[in-house]
Amino acid sequence: MPNIKDILKERILVLDGAMGTMIQQYNFTEEDYRGEQFKDFHTSVKGNNDMLSITQPKAIKEIHAKYFKAGADIVETNTFSGTTIAMADYDMEEWVYELNFQSAKIAKEVANEFSAKEPNKPRFVAGSIGPTNRTASMSPDVNDPGYRAVTFDELRIAYKQQTEALVDGGVDILLVETIFDTLNAKAALFAIEEVNEERGINIPIMVSGTITDASGRTLSGQTAEAFLISVSHLDLLTVGFNCALGADQLTPYLQVVSDRTDFGVSAHPNAGLPNAFGEYDETPEVMAGKIKEYLDKSLINIIGGCCGTTPEHINAIAEVASNYSPREV
Amino acid sequence: MRLSGLEPLIIDEHSNFINVGERTNVAGSRKFLRLVKEEKFDEALAIARHQVEGGAQIVDVNMDDGLIDGKAAMVRFLNLIASEPDIARVPLMIDSSKWDIIEAGLQVVQGKCVVNSISLKEGEAEFIEHAKKIKRYGAAVIVMAFDEVGQADTYERRIEIAKRSYDVLVEKVNFPPEDIIFDLNIFPVATGMDEHRKNATDFIEATRWVRQNLPHVSVSGGVSNVSFSFRGNNTVREAMHSVFLYYAIEAGMNMGIVNPAMLEVYDDIPKDLLERIEDVILDKRDDATERLLDFAETVKGTKKEVVIDLSWRDEPLQDRITRALVKGIDEYIVEDVEEARCNAERPIHVIEGNLMTGMNVVGDLFGAGKMFLPQVVKSARVMKKAVAHLLPFIEEEKKSLGTEGSSDSNGKILLATVKGDVHDIGKNIVGVVLACNNYEIVDMGVMVPPEKIIEKAKEENVDIIGLSGLITPSLDEMVYLAKEMERLNFKLPLMIGGATTSKAHTSVKIDPQYKNAVVHVNDASRAVTVAGDLLNEDSDSYITELKSDYEEFRDNFLKRTKKKKMISLDEARERKFKIDWNTTEITKPNKLGTYVLEHITLEQLLPFIDWSPFFRSWDLHGKFPAILTDEVVGDQATELYEDAQKLLKEIVSKKLLKTKAVFGLFPANTINEDDVEVEVASNEKNIFRTLRQQLDKREGKPNFALADFIAPKNSGIQDYMGCFCVSTGFGTKELAEAYEAKNDDYNAIMVKALADRFAEAYAEFLHKEVRTNYWGYAANEKLSNEELIKEGYKGIRPAPGYPACPDHTEKLTIWEVLKVKERIGVELTESLAMWPAASVSGYYFGNKEAKYFGLGKITQDQVADYSARKGVDLKEAEKWLNPNIVDS
Repeated sequence: MPNIKDILKERILVLDGAMGTMIQQYNFTEEDYRGEQFKDFHTSVKGNNDMLSITQPKAIKEIHAKYFKAGADIVETNTFSGTTIAMADYDMEEWVYELNFQSAKIAKEVANEFSAKEPNKPRFVAGSIGPTNRTASMSPDVNDPGYRAVTFDELRIAYKQQTEALVDGGVDILLVETIFDTLNAKAALFAIEEVNEERGINIPIMVSGTITDASGRTLSGQTAEAFLISVSHLDLLTVGFNCALGADQLTPYLQVVSDRTDFGVSAHPNAGLPNAFGEYDETPEVMAGKIKEYLDKSLINIIGGCCGTTPEHINAIAEVASNYSPREV
Repeated sequence: MRLSGLEPLIIDEHSNFINVGERTNVAGSRKFLRLVKEEKFDEALAIARHQVEGGAQIVDVNMDDGLIDGKAAMVRFLNLIASEPDIARVPLMIDSSKWDIIEAGLQVVQGKCVVNSISLKEGEAEFIEHAKKIKRYGAAVIVMAFDEVGQADTYERRIEIAKRSYDVLVEKVNFPPEDIIFDLNIFPVATGMDEHRKNATDFIEATRWVRQNLPHVSVSGGVSNVSFSFRGNNTVREAMHSVFLYYAIEAGMNMGIVNPAMLEVYDDIPKDLLERIEDVILDKRDDATERLLDFAETVKGTKKEVVIDLSWRDEPLQDRITRALVKGIDEYIVEDVEEARCNAERPIHVIEGNLMTGMNVVGDLFGAGKMFLPQVVKSARVMKKAVAHLLPFIEEEKKSLGTEGSSDSNGKILLATVKGDVHDIGKNIVGVVLACNNYEIVDMGVMVPPEKIIEKAKEENVDIIGLSGLITPSLDEMVYLAKEMERLNFKLPLMIGGATTSKAHTSVKIDPQYKNAVVHVNDASRAVTVAGDLLNEDSDSYITELKSDYEEFRDNFLKRTKKKKMISLDEARERKFKIDWNTTEITKPNKLGTYVLEHITLEQLLPFIDWSPFFRSWDLHGKFPAILTDEVVGDQATELYEDAQKLLKEIVSKKLLKTKAVFGLFPANTINEDDVEVEVASNEKNIFRTLRQQLDKREGKPNFALADFIAPKNSGIQDYMGCFCVSTGFGTKELAEAYEAKNDDYNAIMVKALADRFAEAYAEFLHKEVRTNYWGYAANEKLSNEELIKEGYKGIRPAPGYPACPDHTEKLTIWEVLKVKERIGVELTESLAMWPAASVSGYYFGNKEAKYFGLGKITQDQVADYSARKGVDLKEAEKWLNPNIVDS
């Protein structure tokens, strides 16, 4: 398998689009979510998308295949909420290893099929590590700003378990994404370093923060540059932003990061901002047009989509990206 | 080193001393300890906030006390800080001697913080283990000069431990060296014990060694230790801190724990005290301690008294207020305003009534040309003081009426000197003039990056953005910002001002980038009218008119410039300025090599001051001294001149500005047509690149390049040239800030204007020294000051960035040749402006045929040739030469 760091110097790599948007199209029922394995589970699991890697692996593989077919070089595993902390909502903490392992395994199977068909365009799998549903540097209780609902060590242990399962399942990259609290991400990075050291490996890491609104800051209050500085203590494959904003709103923050880092830069923005119904309705052409600005400004090494993006979006993005050379790394 | 709280803190060779706040330390502040013990965390937070507001760039938190649970207190306090954006914006320093407290702190901080501290005290194994963890938590680290044997207390021990710690960290832990900060132990001096005499010098010299030998690290320390033996005598302690810091910073100490309230301005220390303290700090005499102890007993403050005519004080209240505003007298304004407030129904009425009545008189006089800029700035100073007195009452009232936050200014204007540029005299004047016309000013200072301007404009919801700059690269910054404003769909008008800006540049380069209003305002008095037109109700028609005016101007300008015919670089070289090298006189300098001067006094420079530009900076036009008796501006010019003399006297007598110079004279020859090779030392050559005129001139008129004034190498004749940098800017910032803090913009601006004059005077003075002494080709020169200003001497001193050699990047070569930064501390910003701003640098050419010229436009062939010769990217060369490249 060629080294992704080398490929990154040669061309812009395309990441896949949204998983949730694609799953919605299957209109899965509670029974579908449960499948055979959780037929008698004691609580409702509908909406626990990560579990579908175990109960509906065919659908998940189909989605990965659609993205590869559309031109993606990298797909993300279906593990955005795959930590004991996030899975506590469904009482499914004990299934965390299994679902990460399975998600990685099936994504890798699809990737291998495509790599075999097109050896000059090897496909990669990035293990998706989401932010969990708790914040380590903010209090959920307005009356007690010093309170924390989760500690660094709790996060570190949870992330370590997810990382180990993803690596066992065969991912090529780890993607710490949708970071709205940098301290959560630092716990994830700490865990990844531990796994790297214990196993004597050096798995490439992508870090992707989330600028929540026009204030230009993360939810935990950091500016783009402060965020970059706070996560630059590891040798990263890329650093960048995803979610919350559309492609055009992300430009200035990508510019900040691009100007100030020697790492690669990634972005997977939403398909615009949600409309009045909470839907993302930016068309593939419009979104690709906005992404062209990144390319004109040489801001990007890896580009993909987040909420509301589909294989059509990725296809349009891949097409426009193919005409440009990557930002120098 | 890059650190972060909610916002970044970049510490590099361009940074000033980084001040670490120390009051949130239970070991150092009894009050903080008490608050933590009593769990009054709100008040404890207020201390942290107060420090950040007071300028601390990093906040140190220490909870090491036997009576509190240090770990719990650290976590609680850091968590609370995280919820206070005013505090959390700066990076934190987690300070403890206990590893478990440090680690607990590291686990609750999202930004990149600093650990204070680790050391080899408990051996290498533990040191490595902790360093590894710190790296994994993504923090920087302070390393104490401490090992298994004990704390370093000599020069040798300090560097031994620092070197060993560095090697272990870099080689065994792979710790990034830029994230290492050494604390080399500051110990008290003047304790009466002989072994303590070298405590300060050992620290300073060890600092120098560390910065020179351990690449990328920083050096820090707790400054107050040094004066420990003078507890209770703050005058002496404050002066000791400042003297110690002066030498330690020079040696490379770039951050530290300093209580700003316990720091005297170095130049304000009385001479006799200064001498005794320097003797102690630098261990200059055997009886230094005794002498300082004796002297310390006598230190007392003194105050001056002045008698002036006060008859106007008997006039009615409004007359007194108006007079104070028109005359710019601030002594009595607070009492007058207080009187007015007591009479008024609401405090705001004093501003709307009494003060505005006075300011309207000022405005009318100014509009009618009967008052001039310096007076208006003085009026503003009075106004500011008056408003500052009223504000608390107004706020109080707003609170009780529940109308907080409302504003009734004419508009909000953001002002900034663009990225890479440090010049702000003009911008400050504009700010003051606008402020007295009831505009709310958001002044972002100097060297402001574009994204900050954009961010601030949005955050403050301003009505106009005003950009200022003096050096040519600033022009590109303005273009860039206009593009960004367009891209981000801004609608705000953009005002452009500053010495290099012009209506031509604004209309040709900036205006087309931005769909909305762009106005060039190079005259502070016009700023008010323009701002008014931009913001009043029918601004739309004004803006439409403006756009079409600029378009027309642009078209005409482009038409006009296209007519000039250019010749190729080869042809221009054919037509070079030819000196007959066989007959021309070449003098070998008396003193070759590089020299640093620090003993030149401000008095020596006084006769060399050219006053005309000083008046120009205040919008008073005319030649000095004729301007003093000018029919129109004479009175005002005289008053300004008198005020300037007053401040000048103080600056000179108290030595409030420091003079520094470095220059060198070297063997030199022209090579490759347009380059000059200088032999800085045997085996050390540098090359100055010069640019050649390419305008097609009349037959017989040469196309100059500076290289033409130096004998070519192939002539076999040894020639010489020199270069220099002088500065009188050290001290300006502190002095100006001290005035600003007193709401005295008039003197703040005056200080900077005078510092600029001193710098130019120094350049003139030094040139004379060089001509008559160091180089000596004009040993018998006798010229009056007037003749000097007219440049009636032999030889020239052109400056990179100015017409004969517009490429600013040549300054980098001068900096390298003369080691300017290392030797006198003058630095170059990213746009290659000199910092401090009151600095002048340039070349010396001694040939009697050398003359000043303007390069004018050049064509692409020279740009390509130049970039190849210089070994820089073509794009880079185009960027710097942009203003001189013909539009194709």
